[in-house]
Amino acid sequence: MKSGSNLEKMLSAGHFAVTGELGPPRGNNAEEVRHKAKHLKGIVESVNITDNQTAVVRMASWAACKILIDEGLEPNLQMVARDRNRIALQSDLLGATALGIKNVLCLSGDHQRFGDHPEGKNVYDLDSLQLLDTFRKMRDEKTFLNGKELDGAPEIFLGAAENPFADPFDFRPIRMAKKIAAGANFIQTQCIYNMPKFREFVKRIVDMGLHEKCYLLAGVTPLKSVGMANYMAKFVPGMDVPDTFIKRLKGVDKKEQAAEGIKIAIEQIHELKEMKGVAGVHVMAIEWEHRAKEIIEGAGLLPRPQV
Amino acid sequence: MIVGDSKPLEEILEMIKDRPKVLVLGCRGCVTVCNVGGEKEVGILATTLRIARKKAGLPPTIDERTLERQCDPEYVEELAEVAEGYDAIISIACGVGPQFVSERYPTVRVFPGINTTFIGGALEHGVWGERCQSCGNCLVHNFGGLCPIARCSKSLMNGPCGGSANKKCEISPEVDCVWHLIVEKMEKMGRLQELAQVWPVKNWSTSRDGGPRKRVREDLKQ
Ligand code: SF4
Ligand code: SF4
Repeated sequence: MKSGSNLEKMLSAGHFAVTGELGPPRGNNAEEVRHKAKHLKGIVESVNITDNQTAVVRMASWAACKILIDEGLEPNLQMVARDRNRIALQSDLLGATALGIKNVLCLSGDHQRFGDHPEGKNVYDLDSLQLLDTFRKMRDEKTFLNGKELDGAPEIFLGAAENPFADPFDFRPIRMAKKIAAGANFIQTQCIYNMPKFREFVKRIVDMGLHEKCYLLAGVTPLKSVGMANYMAKFVPGMDVPDTFIKRLKGVDKKEQAAEGIKIAIEQIHELKEMKGVAGVHVMAIEWEHRAKEIIEGAGLLPRPQV
Repeated sequence: MIVGDSKPLEEILEMIKDRPKVLVLGCRGCVTVCNVGGEKEVGILATTLRIARKKAGLPPTIDERTLERQCDPEYVEELAEVAEGYDAIISIACGVGPQFVSERYPTVRVFPGINTTFIGGALEHGVWGERCQSCGNCLVHNFGGLCPIARCSKSLMNGPCGGSANKKCEISPEVDCVWHLIVEKMEKMGRLQELAQVWPVKNWSTSRDGGPRKRVREDLKQ
């Protein structure tokens, strides 16, 4: 065991794992975090807490993680390389693990150009792979990046993200292998809509034997409306939303679109459950935490097994 | 070369507004090559300033001069006789120019007339692209001759990130994803396997992060 987190235990016991996601508020509203967390309690193994996602300033991820721990949930701390150099990243990992955080997801982070402080300077001292490698070293070798010994090493289950729909497609499995080599114990993917393409990606992962070295959690995000589907298709870089879904949502009454979106998500999870190489799903019901249960329950994944 | 962009005319007019006698100072180095600060541009800027100042009823005295280089004290020295006679010198060399000129002539107000933007080259006539960030430890040969430090929006050494789509960078459809180009090039060269290794963290101390840099060649020093 790397950290003995709930997520790690569930995956290593061979259960199909479920993770959720929660975006901290744009202020210090702790009550809001508790409120969102309530909807996810007991229905997922761990909850990703985003780190200033889309480069919009929000409550610090580690702090929101601590609130979740106090509420009896297990957080998965997301850390991006955009805003902190190697000094701050290592320091924050020590602080986070001292507070009881056991899962950490390393990301490069969205460029600040689209955020709410586009005039800021970015850091990118490390990239996401170097961040993984640094944290792996701190855990396994019990040293800092510079080789100096730690006074108390972090125990963490290390994660990374992969977007199978980004280009160049043929390089994606190689990059995933690099992330595993750098230290990823689990990988969560970008939201999947183009299932045939994802199937091809997973086939390559399995052919390379990567599914035996790392747990792959497939990303699922319910489409709330035609508007959201169109927005994702057009404006979110590296997102692949096939027309069939947009047509399907358009085919139902506006009031029914949300329910249809949930139905699609459930069908996707059923398909993913049967896919060799997929160890679980990462349900990102963004600003829709209260509907996550419907999806997970509808996919036959409740109650969650106890490990 | 060092590439720059002219500052907006209003900004320059504002800089020299209370200064009757002005010199526009060009440079025959990089800024001549990238058509922003050579003799020709000195002429254009001086003429434009004269017209604008005349229209506003301000003294139109705008002289013109272009040095061989402004980044070399030897040439900056050529202004010794005249510099102090000006109320303002607008240097349209790269950012080194206004600094060298004001260092040599501390009593004269020197203004930058261009914005120095990047180290790059000409992509086609009238178009320049960034190529280097002077990190102080060149690695381009490992990436098919393409620099991920200067050309990836996140300076990733293990790209491409999840935002790469249709060969373009997540920040804009106008920006190539250099990591897409790197993968393509390495594949063509039969070197894709080299990209399968994880690039370790970079030592940025040779870059600006290590503080301002200086190069000393003992053999050339007098
Ligand atoms: S690796 Fe460094 S020196 Fe070489 S081109 Fe890139 S920024 Fe310039
Ligand atoms: S899209 Fe390409 S160039 Fe842009 S940040 Fe990602 S890897 Fe770098």
